[in-house]
Amino acid sequence: MPSSQPSIERHTIVVVVDNEPGVLARVIGLFAGRGYNIESLTVAEVDAAAGVSRINLVTSGTPMVIEQIKAQLDRLVPVHSVHDLTEAGPHIERELALIKVVATGERRIESLRLADIFRARVVDSTIESFVFEVTGAPEKLDAFVKLMVPLGLVELARTGVAAIARGGRSL
Amino acid sequence: MSSESAATPLNGAEIVLKALVDQGVEVIFGYPGGAVLPLYDALFKQNRLRHVLVRHEQAAVHAAEGYARSTGKVGVVLVTSGPGATNAVTGLTDALMDSVPIVCLTGQVPTHLIGNDAFQEADTTGITRPCTKHNYLVKDVCKLARIVHEAFWVARNGRPGPVVIDLPKDVLVAPGPYTAPESVVHRTYRPRTEPDPAAIDRTVEILAGAKRPIIYAGGGIINSGPEASRLLTELVERTGYPCTLTLMGLGALPAADPRFLGMVGMHGTFEANNAMHDCDVMLCVGARFDDRVTGRINAFSPNSVKIHIDIDPSSINKNVRVDVPVVGDCGKALAAILARWSDRKCQPDRKALGRWWAQIAQWQARNCLAYERTDRIIKPQYAIERLYALTRGRETFITTEVGQHQMWAAQHFKFEAPNHWLTSGGLGTMGYGLPAAMGVQIAHPDALVIDIAGEASILMNIQEMSTVAQYRLPVKVFILNNQYMGMVRQWQELNHGGRYAESYSEALPDFVKLADAFGATGLRVGDAADLDDAIRRMIDLPGAVIVDVAVDPAENCFPMIPSGAAHNQMLLGPADRPGDGRASEEGMVLV
Repeated sequence: MPSSQPSIERHTIVVVVDNEPGVLARVIGLFAGRGYNIESLTVAEVDAAAGVSRINLVTSGTPMVIEQIKAQLDRLVPVHSVHDLTEAGPHIERELALIKVVATGERRIESLRLADIFRARVVDSTIESFVFEVTGAPEKLDAFVKLMVPLGLVELARTGVAAIARGGRSL
Repeated sequence: MSSESAATPLNGAEIVLKALVDQGVEVIFGYPGGAVLPLYDALFKQNRLRHVLVRHEQAAVHAAEGYARSTGKVGVVLVTSGPGATNAVTGLTDALMDSVPIVCLTGQVPTHLIGNDAFQEADTTGITRPCTKHNYLVKDVCKLARIVHEAFWVARNGRPGPVVIDLPKDVLVAPGPYTAPESVVHRTYRPRTEPDPAAIDRTVEILAGAKRPIIYAGGGIINSGPEASRLLTELVERTGYPCTLTLMGLGALPAADPRFLGMVGMHGTFEANNAMHDCDVMLCVGARFDDRVTGRINAFSPNSVKIHIDIDPSSINKNVRVDVPVVGDCGKALAAILARWSDRKCQPDRKALGRWWAQIAQWQARNCLAYERTDRIIKPQYAIERLYALTRGRETFITTEVGQHQMWAAQHFKFEAPNHWLTSGGLGTMGYGLPAAMGVQIAHPDALVIDIAGEASILMNIQEMSTVAQYRLPVKVFILNNQYMGMVRQWQELNHGGRYAESYSEALPDFVKLADAFGATGLRVGDAADLDDAIRRMIDLPGAVIVDVAVDPAENCFPMIPSGAAHNQMLLGPADRPGDGRASEEGMVLV
């Protein structure tokens, strides 16, 4: 066929849900059951008084699939609203990583030097190890992690993306 | 809280029943067990709600589906924990796929035992999450009344579907407050029912300019209520546009309407499928471009502008890209279209429409539902034709099982009104028809209710003959017995070199004796000359009847779009073979 394959797009989607038992299982089950991708998913209560939680998820698919994902999420009964930050315009994505590096000598010093460049903080230290805390866009974390691997990275914990739109407008 | 309820606090079970009564429930289909004994005890002490005891929980859900689809009300199911709930899963999935409003109450072990692998414990909310529209686990009796009311609201509003309420036994015996249904406002679920006026304008503009239009309507019309069917008929009359219906939509437009092209899809008519393929404007109302309708998706109606009316936004652009999405209730959208059509004094393009109808007449002339007439051997199509002819003029409800007989029923029985045709479309559940017929008969005690069955499907819920006997339901089971799982055999013939692996119905029971064993009447007919008499006897006998009709075992269901083929590549009969006589490689992997 002459037409090109539809391109795969990465979208950051915010789902505002009632904080009730099973709501996360509903969202995850939807993705698993319908074969959608989840690159990252974070969830936490954001309004304790109203019992409202916010799910930030990063997914990828063709434009038709992305549209389906949003429509499917929106029809879940405990979902208040679904927002596509990627479509809506500029937004901030942040992720936190805790990175354990075991090294001595020059490699240990180099890891500390690079941490400084990436504005990673040392949150735990022994004679032969550091735990770095670094925050940023997922790409920045990827870059830092890549540098730490040859310097003695032994363990990595990442939170997944939290995202919010730029500007004064709220959801 | 009223003084009455303050004086005598209700327990959880009584709250549930009071909520059901306040929701207008009259009948519950269920099966008792340990976890729901408090509910059965409460049922025993009242007489507002009627309980119908089935013989298997799957049948309870199908019966509730039959009740719901023939009345437009919510069907209610009550089953116990563990196996009671897991047995209901097939029925729930069926109701989800076909958008049937069901509230299913399941028992659960007491809250302090949840997660302990207690006797008859199952993670019911976990298991039913993907096969319900929504589900609840009630851990606090104070929330019980509100949840029951909310469940009914969710089941019947928006795109209808099944809702499960899981009820731990301790919650059923705990005293708690009752809240009336008026006080329930849903926090999050507010489906859109009013269509966007701009989308309606655009729809009317496109419809009025159509040269080769088709209206393609489905089960959403039935779910919207009889008024939507009336409006669809009015739209078809006003425009003179041809209309086809999906399996789920049969009856939405009277079959006798000259603009009805018959059913669309895999076993739809030649004229309906070709009109779908060649149209320039397609108005889809309450249907979802299911793979059984579209055939090969990249060859589906390649040159048409598509308008899609659906209450569920996720149905839009799921399988087929449409040009004008209209989110809202079918009935409201049709009313708005008709009003706009009148306002703008729209007139169809008579000349173009004349040419289009002339083309359609050529397709109709192929007489695609024709079959070979035989003297003695009963062709299954003939059996349905006679059944239709001899039941005309009565209030008749038809349910089916799943397979060839279902497709023949859809092709050869003519439905003049909505809610009279009940079949498992989305899930394709063998064993649906008999329990569904029970539900219909409970709702319409004086109507003629016929389950058109196959000899294989009927055995999947044959135990329900006992329920039929208990409630003296005059359900008629009309078995097209070809001694095969006919549709499986047909596919094996078309796609697998005629190797009929496990599709022969070995060791069938004697259906006449079987009927007798359950206190019903059994009739057997094998000669076309005796068919009419058998059907008349079936209708005239006051009680339940099983008619075992020995039909031509070799007959296949045509016309057919082979899997992986397009609408304009239909097989019209056994002599008609695609390419080398087999489905395409691509089609082989499709179901």
